[in-house]
Amino acid sequence: MRKFKKLVSAALVSAMVLAMAGCGSDGNSNTNAGNTFKIGGTGPLTGDAAAYGQAVRNAAQLAVDEINANGGVNGYMLELNYQDDEHDPEKAINAYNTIKDWGVQIVLGSVTSKPCIAVGGKTKEDNIFQLTPSGTAVECTQHDNAFRVCFSDPAQGTVSAQYIGDNNLASKIAIIYDSSDPYSSGIYESFTKEAGNYSFEIVSAEAFTSESNTDFSVQLQKAKDSGADMVFLPIYYNEAALILTQANSMGFTPQFFGVDGMDGILSGVENFDASLAEGVMFLTPFASTSTEENIVNFVTAYEEKFGGTPNQFAADAYDGVYIIKAIIEKSGVKPSDDVSAICEGLKSAMVELTFDGLTGSGITWSADGEPDKAPSVVVIKDGVYNEM
Amino acid sequence: MNTFLMNIKSNKTLKSKIITLGLVVGVYIIMQVLLSAGAVSSLIKGLLVPLCTYAILAVSLNLTVGILGELSLGHAGFMCIGAFSSAFFSKCMQDAIPVAGIRFTAAILIGALCAGLFGLLIGIPVLRLKGDYLAIVTLAFGEIAKNVINMLYIGIDENGMHFSTKSTLELNLSENGRVIIQGAQGITGTPNDSSFTVGIILLLITLLVILNLIHSRDGRAIMAIRDNTIAAESVGINITKYKLMAFSVSAAFAGVAGVLYAHNLSTLSATPKNFGYNMSIMILVFVVLGGIGNIRGSIIASVILTLLPELLRSLNDYRMLIYAIVLIVMMLFNWAPACIQWREKVVYKLKAKKIRTKEAE
Repeated sequence: MRKFKKLVSAALVSAMVLAMAGCGSDGNSNTNAGNTFKIGGTGPLTGDAAAYGQAVRNAAQLAVDEINANGGVNGYMLELNYQDDEHDPEKAINAYNTIKDWGVQIVLGSVTSKPCIAVGGKTKEDNIFQLTPSGTAVECTQHDNAFRVCFSDPAQGTVSAQYIGDNNLASKIAIIYDSSDPYSSGIYESFTKEAGNYSFEIVSAEAFTSESNTDFSVQLQKAKDSGADMVFLPIYYNEAALILTQANSMGFTPQFFGVDGMDGILSGVENFDASLAEGVMFLTPFASTSTEENIVNFVTAYEEKFGGTPNQFAADAYDGVYIIKAIIEKSGVKPSDDVSAICEGLKSAMVELTFDGLTGSGITWSADGEPDKAPSVVVIKDGVYNEM
Repeated sequence: MNTFLMNIKSNKTLKSKIITLGLVVGVYIIMQVLLSAGAVSSLIKGLLVPLCTYAILAVSLNLTVGILGELSLGHAGFMCIGAFSSAFFSKCMQDAIPVAGIRFTAAILIGALCAGLFGLLIGIPVLRLKGDYLAIVTLAFGEIAKNVINMLYIGIDENGMHFSTKSTLELNLSENGRVIIQGAQGITGTPNDSSFTVGIILLLITLLVILNLIHSRDGRAIMAIRDNTIAAESVGINITKYKLMAFSVSAAFAGVAGVLYAHNLSTLSATPKNFGYNMSIMILVFVVLGGIGNIRGSIIASVILTLLPELLRSLNDYRMLIYAIVLIVMMLFNWAPACIQWREKVVYKLKAKKIRTKEAE
């Protein structure tokens, strides 16, 4: 018995050492002599947030395939590698190291905020150009090599407050937010800050956490008692659907205003009576029901290839790939350049770029990585998004 | 005759100790050689510190589960305390103590101390009870620690520290104040002080302390409590004292692992994924798979189970599926009675064969 144990442990140890050494030999191919640009990213492909990661991966793949079918960028092909980070910063580093071993030259990621911040620290170290499609936290673009396609959290909160204030949508506002989620609490904070400049009043601000996100009767009752005529929901659609249902059953019918996490409320929640979402307003850069030609094309292509309607994450990723294409063309970098040179080239091209895509037109970037684009608010009417 | 037997016995434990420590040092030397030869992929390079972290966690939990014989389901909670207290310290002192070595040493001590203190506080009321109370209370503690940190906002400016449980706005910081803990967004920008060498040193310290504790007089008292509480009590062993000793040492080393974890990532937040219930169970899985009470096994199991999902990345979407299957198979192989019988049979046959070949010679 003892001998057997010894044998097993010896075998395991040697297997591990071999595995480690084995991994080493195929890595370290950071310079690329071929004529493909290697674009990599990390996102949650499994776990709770898998819907976002998969949307980004699918849409990015769609865009890459389209570009390659049309002759590539400056004659060079694009290659995409998306790795699973399970929405965990630690796993994101592992995923990033995997694409680094693969020889990544441009990072399109990460999909969610916390992993994006962790990966951002590493791309800065390696000086690899990073464009996050949907990492909304401020720190996602804290380094000069990082840019983003979407609005940041504070920008969403500020823009929401401005929109409500400018259009006089409400006078008394209640907020229900998720205090355990950086996205939600970030928007809540900047909304409250900006609200000070406007005439409306925040009458209640109630938090919940990801562990208590099924019963909202207390928060709704407080909102109702405070006489709010609008409820601001800086949260994701699955919780928003519960709030709408529970508000309806207690006879509370204020206006509801959401942010981009609300996208998906019509189709993403099972057993949700979509008629309750009538009149809900929210901020989104992308509405899949839009009749604009490029959006229609994207939506049909996506539905054909992957099934299901693309959400805002998909649109951000699709734009992300085309932004990368545009800056490669602008800067004239080549796949044979070393990653640091590519990064410098793309960085300077990025701030000069004016981009028209699915998530806005005439988008420009400042050196701090933030996009400058007009927000668009949609309202749900007759079961479809209508721009306001 | 008696002393002779004792000598062999102590030599045996000494031998086992040396094998365990030698294993760690050996892996370290091999890795260093490979690193300097440039033969290690970035993935493995990035995994070296987490591997040390998980090995420390598994070894320290084994002290509670294997040696003390109490079930703890809140080990990630102590890791969380260690991580946040040390990251908070490092972030505050980043300018005051520019030398990374001194700052990190202090951070490790602070992390261990805070986690150990919480272990003591929880242990005092709970370890007096018999039964599964420790499991229940530590489970709750882990969740409470995570949630409290998620609602905590701490900022610092020239007037001192500001606390809030609502939002950064309520901190009332002056203009040049900075927010250190930002509720659910946690701490961002902790200095990256962790390295493989530090990780290995901490793992060696953990092993030395825990192995020496196990084989000391105190350790024998702890194991006596595990094996038969009433008998231990009857020979005059102070049960609460020894239980507390083992539990708080275990918590302190979980804190050390937390420090290593926090200083390895540029962002730290308490999510269910890294400091929640799932993580506690994960550490318990390391311990159970490696063998309850078997320190060397804990290290090997934690290393394999951390490496496995990463090395399976080439399988893409099937990665987690395969990982789960491997986990089940390993568990069955190690613990299912039929498997144990089969293994014994195989060993017996091998032995018989050897003897036969020897006889033939």
